[in-house]
Formats: sequence, C-alpha cells, structure tokens
Amino acid sequence: MKNYVIIGNGVAAAGCIEGIRSIDKDGKITVISSENHPVYCRPLISYYLEGKTTLQKMSYRADDFYEKNGCEVLYGKTAASIDPDAKTVVLESGEKISFDSVCIASGSNPFVPPMEGLDKVEKRFSFMTMDDATSLESAITHKSRVLIVGAGLIGLKCAEGLHERVKSITVCDLADTVMSSILDKDSASMVEANLKNHGITLMLGDTVSKFDGNTAIMRSGAKVEFDVLVVAVGVRAATKTAISAGCRCERGIVVNTKMETSVPGVYAAGDCTQSYDIASQTEKVMAIMPNAYMQGVCAGKNMAGSDSDFDNAIPMNSIGFFGQHVMTAGSYSGEVYEEKTQDTLKKLYVRDGRLVGFIIIGCTDRVGIYTNLIRNKTPLDTVDFESLKVSPELYLLGREYCKSKLGGVI
Amino acid sequence: MKRVYVNEKWCLGCHLCEYNCAFANSGCDDMVKALKGKDIYPRIKVEGDDKITYAVSCRHCTDPICVRSCISGALSKSEDGMVSIDKNKCIGCLTCVLVCPYGAISQDETGAVQKCELCLRNSSGEPACVKGCPNRAIVYEER
Repeated sequence: MKNYVIIGNGVAAAGCIEGIRSIDKDGKITVISSENHPVYCRPLISYYLEGKTTLQKMSYRADDFYEKNGCEVLYGKTAASIDPDAKTVVLESGEKISFDSVCIASGSNPFVPPMEGLDKVEKRFSFMTMDDATSLESAITHKSRVLIVGAGLIGLKCAEGLHERVKSITVCDLADTVMSSILDKDSASMVEANLKNHGITLMLGDTVSKFDGNTAIMRSGAKVEFDVLVVAVGVRAATKTAISAGCRCERGIVVNTKMETSVPGVYAAGDCTQSYDIASQTEKVMAIMPNAYMQGVCAGKNMAGSDSDFDNAIPMNSIGFFGQHVMTAGSYSGEVYEEKTQDTLKKLYVRDGRLVGFIIIGCTDRVGIYTNLIRNKTPLDTVDFESLKVSPELYLLGREYCKSKLGGVI
Repeated sequence: MKRVYVNEKWCLGCHLCEYNCAFANSGCDDMVKALKGKDIYPRIKVEGDDKITYAVSCRHCTDPICVRSCISGALSKSEDGMVSIDKNKCIGCLTCVLVCPYGAISQDETGAVQKCELCLRNSSGEPACVKGCPNRAIVYEER
C-alpha cells in the first residue's frame, strides 16, 4: 500500500486527493493542514464579508470529503522540512511522517514589506485566509475608516467586501493603476471609475512611507487617518519546505507538466509553484484557483503511478466589482483588436496567427469560447475569426468542430 | 448517460427550444405569464447564420472544466454524469463562463449562473427543448 503525504489543505490538495483516488483507492493519504479548517474556497472571503455567503457555504467539498476519500488530516500542524533521502516530512512539532511520494501544496504567504511603525498599528490584517476575514470582521464597525495597502485583486476584493460595513475605504498602491498585474491602463481606468463611483478612495502612484500610530504618512506627503489597516501588497509562493528538500525554486517551486519538482518523489501543485504559461511561453507563478485544482489532480494521478500532464495552463481571471465583470486571460502582446463603449471593453491579442490573450469588461457572455482558442492554440485561419472577434459563437469554429462537440460525447 | 445532441441539418433556427427551456425552468404553469413581455433566460442558445444553425447547450463533459475551475464549489458532476449548479453556493464570479469552451453557461436574472440540467430538476420530466423541437433537430439519447 502506497503512502502519500500532502503538505497543505487548500484547493490544490483537494485536487491531489481526488487525483490519487481516481487511480489508487487504497493508499494511505495524510494531509498536513496549518489551518484548522477543512478545505474551503479562499477567494470567497470577500463575499463572506459582503454577506453573500456564509462560513458553512464556503466549504469546497462535502462534509464527508476526507472520510470518503480515506484521508487523515492533521489539523493545526505545519510542515517544517522534507528529507527526500529518508522520505520523511518533519513537522514544526518535531514529528516525522514518512512517505512514498509527497505533494507540496503549501500555497502562498502574504508579502508584507518593511514599513516604519507598522508593528505599532494595533488593528492590522492580511486578507488571505478565513481566519483573516473573521478577525478583520471583528475589528470593524460602521464607523471604521479602513486603509488598504495594495490595489491588486486581494486588496480590491477586500474593499468591495467591506464597502457596506464601514464608514470609509481608502486603497493605495505604488502602481499608477489598479490591478496592474492583469489590467492595462485603459481597462484599469474603467475599473477605477467604477470603484470611485462606489465611494472608494484610490491613492495610486503613492504608498505608505511610515505609520505614526493610526496615521499613515504617504510618500507624497499626504496623511491618511484610519482605524483599521489591511496590508494586501502581494503574495509570495510558500517554498520553504521545497527548499529544504533541495527542489529547484525560483519565484515558485519549479514544476514540469507532470507537477514533478527537481527532486524525485516530490511533487508540487497550486499557488506555491512556478510553471509554464503557454500564452506567454514563459515560466511563471499562476496563482489562480482553477490551475491549483488542475495541477493538484495531475500531481495526484502521477503520484499514484499514472502518466498525466497538465500542459495548457494560462493565467486567467474572472473578477467583478459592484456588478462590473472583468475577465482576462493569457498574454497581452501582438496585434490588438479593440471594441469600446462607455461600459464595455474588449481587447483581443493575436500573435503568430493565434489568439494569445484578452481583456474584457462588461461584455463577458460566452467568453470561454475565446479562452478555449488560447488554450488550444487554435490557428485562426481555421476559424471565422473576423466574426468571432465581434461575437464569440461556436458555429464560427466550423462545421466539423461543431459536429464533434455537439453531436458526440466529449 | 443520456445527453442532448444536435442534428444541425434539421435545425430550422426557430428558437422554440429557447422559449421551451425558459418556460420549463420558470416554475410557472402558464407559458404566457412566464414569458410574455419579459427578458428570458434560456439555458440553450440557437446560433448560426442563414446557412446553418445549432442549438447549443451544456455538453455534460466527461471531464468538465467548469467544475474543475469553480471557485465556490457550486458546480459539480453527479455520479450519473450530469453537471449541475448549486445556486445557493454560487456567488456569481463567472469563472465558469470564462472557461466553458462552448459558451453553455450564462448568468440568470439573479446574478448566479445557470446551465442545462437536462430538465431533471424541474417538472418537465424530459428536456423541454427536445420535447418541443418541431423537427427533431435536438434529441435526448445515449451515444
């Protein structure tokens, strides 16, 4: 009987469990969970603050998930290191757990840059975990003035979640635009206008240089008084255990399309990894939930002896603020097709005869048809791209394609 | 499992399937009351041009990317193979819309997502789109 260990208990770990069990019904699976919660949907913490979901509804799998899959979960335990020769995981508590194969699904940690006076701010939070969300919730009142450092996806979703529950929200970021990792200037300005319309104050191109109690002194010299601080500057892949095992790590744990690290028997999946993005043709950390799950499944299957690949990863996001939906995917290079109205934006990027990326705001119906063109690297001369640009419809992909997809089991 | 399949050469492009779908899922027993003068939210969509038309609905994929991508655990595949949505858990992030290669998932009037559930969860008994198709251009069968 094989002995599997999974470090982490997020979505990648859930995928890994399901991947293992699709091949091996009997092996022993041990899950090391720092958090005292069964796997839950982390991106939902902002919806929890907003009152659109509950802690119970945030569960990612049914209550009997671990039991049904024969997993032992070690709650409140954290892996300190891996000894790949002895094939053991050493916990911070000193216990050793042996494995035949291990999957590192340790996710990422909030990155908090050094800021003078930060340690003197009493009510300061990160916004990554369920516990972060509940602690933040207990610190706010309707009179709270909230300062969020970081206008990325996490900081802005936090702002949306808090919107109805506090007096004021200010979001600052050193970048000149919001969500600078996934939006260009045009699209960011539409999102900024929408956030401002909802009363959120943005201070872009500016960040905190130091804290004087509950006053942030900005680089520009401006002062922001606040009651509650959220630091959402960014995240870093959690690579500590991988480094201890001797796995090659750059910005994340380097994995191939089989989710193997550079050390035999050690796999990795999810936000802690760095892998190949077929759209930009570069290796990067693609810390998004769908990839985490799919990498987890792939790792699990291979740990159980299968020969599985996850080889069409691309960065992609679907994110909304106050009803304005934003979808992005792939890389923004090459020729651009653009449509813009007051409330909508569509930018499609074509390189070497293939769709490689898009930014779409508002007109998000059936966008998956575009995403699929990117993932499949479909040569655009085989489809009616002139019409597809305007409207994503399946029949424009050709009769044979439609016949196989709409007439067969896929 | 039985799925809805398209015989595109018989499709007239009449859009009746869309109306029958919206009616079957309206919870209403009067088609006029359910649909007249309202925006309808069918889970099947007729598309095409003057040469060919198709009625596109969820393929209930063997390995559904929408389920794999769902960030709220609201989409799942049951043991009999149907992909279904738990609207109680859906928070309307539209990640499934971003990934469905067939454009078969859409937003409903509440902001949650909707998709074909083969009329197994309403009172139609069998897919209403198929039952009402005048030319047998969509069929419900095992393949």
